[in-house]
Amino acid sequence: MATLDSLDRRLIDAYQRGLPVCERPFAAMAARLGSSEAEVLKRLTRLERLEVLSRVGPVFDHARAGASLLAAVAAPEAQRDAVAEVINRAPGVNHNYLREHDFNLWFVMTAPDEAVLDARLDALEAELGREILRLPMLEGFHIDLGFPIPWDELEAP
Amino acid sequence: MNARQPAPVRLEPLAERRLRALVEQGLPLVPRPWQALAEQCGLPEETVMACMRRWQAEGLVKRLGLVVRHRSLGITANAMVVWDVPDAEVAELGRRLSAEPVVTLCYRRPRRLPDWPYNLFCMIHGTRRERVLAALDEIIEGQALQAMPHRVLFSLKAYRQRGGRYTAEERP
Repeated sequence: MATLDSLDRRLIDAYQRGLPVCERPFAAMAARLGSSEAEVLKRLTRLERLEVLSRVGPVFDHARAGASLLAAVAAPEAQRDAVAEVINRAPGVNHNYLREHDFNLWFVMTAPDEAVLDARLDALEAELGREILRLPMLEGFHIDLGFPIPWDELEAP
Repeated sequence: MNARQPAPVRLEPLAERRLRALVEQGLPLVPRPWQALAEQCGLPEETVMACMRRWQAEGLVKRLGLVVRHRSLGITANAMVVWDVPDAEVAELGRRLSAEPVVTLCYRRPRRLPDWPYNLFCMIHGTRRERVLAALDEIIEGQALQAMPHRVLFSLKAYRQRGGRYTAEERP
């Protein structure tokens, strides 16, 4: 696992949201954290390379940004990885997890609009030859993954 | 933000979509990221920043910043807890669960009977399975949910985890 020092952690703690929209955002962040623009850019580049960050940028509201839905497939154990591969190759799939249930492959598919999304799901369903459980979000009560990182727990598990 | 900023600009739909497709993949990590995006789209830097501010104001962009891959940090216990809640109670319980500090996501979704009876989903992310289960027990106790049918689906593996890309530019 990546070793993150105090500046890396403070960057994450301070800027999971509120990245300034100004000409030199990384300079503004550096000023607040007592660092330099070059150092902040170096850290962010490293954290992306280490895959601690998937990106630095916007998180769009699923409900407004286009069509998306959570879907699940029940794949027999022996074919699981192969089925997951097929799902990953389908357009618009951005999450795909193995979970503990008969419906064991859970993925999120996105598309510019509902019609394209349905067409993509229909095509994937045909390719897989298995039913896809389609579970669109009907109401979001809490939809923000920018929660505080529990550094102490990570250090002393 | 301040008085001398011009009113938010409306872009041509195509230009706006192109900008979105670019920015969905993350900001370029250079001193002037908005300028770099602006050059790629053939727009002025100020227009790109104004567009991002408008998306934030409209709620299209929920947050702007570092998007963490929790798994890489060791936050690997990721439980999807699904509940079968009477329709009349689901919105109220959704609000109550989403107020629990350990609940990181909470949604209502349709049942798909007979295969799938669960209509309320919440996620609990943590460093260890036992801790996540203990946190869930506390919620069940605190909210008196002992009789509410539910299942806990831990994730065992991520075959893919990345940001949503909604624009049409993506190649299959």
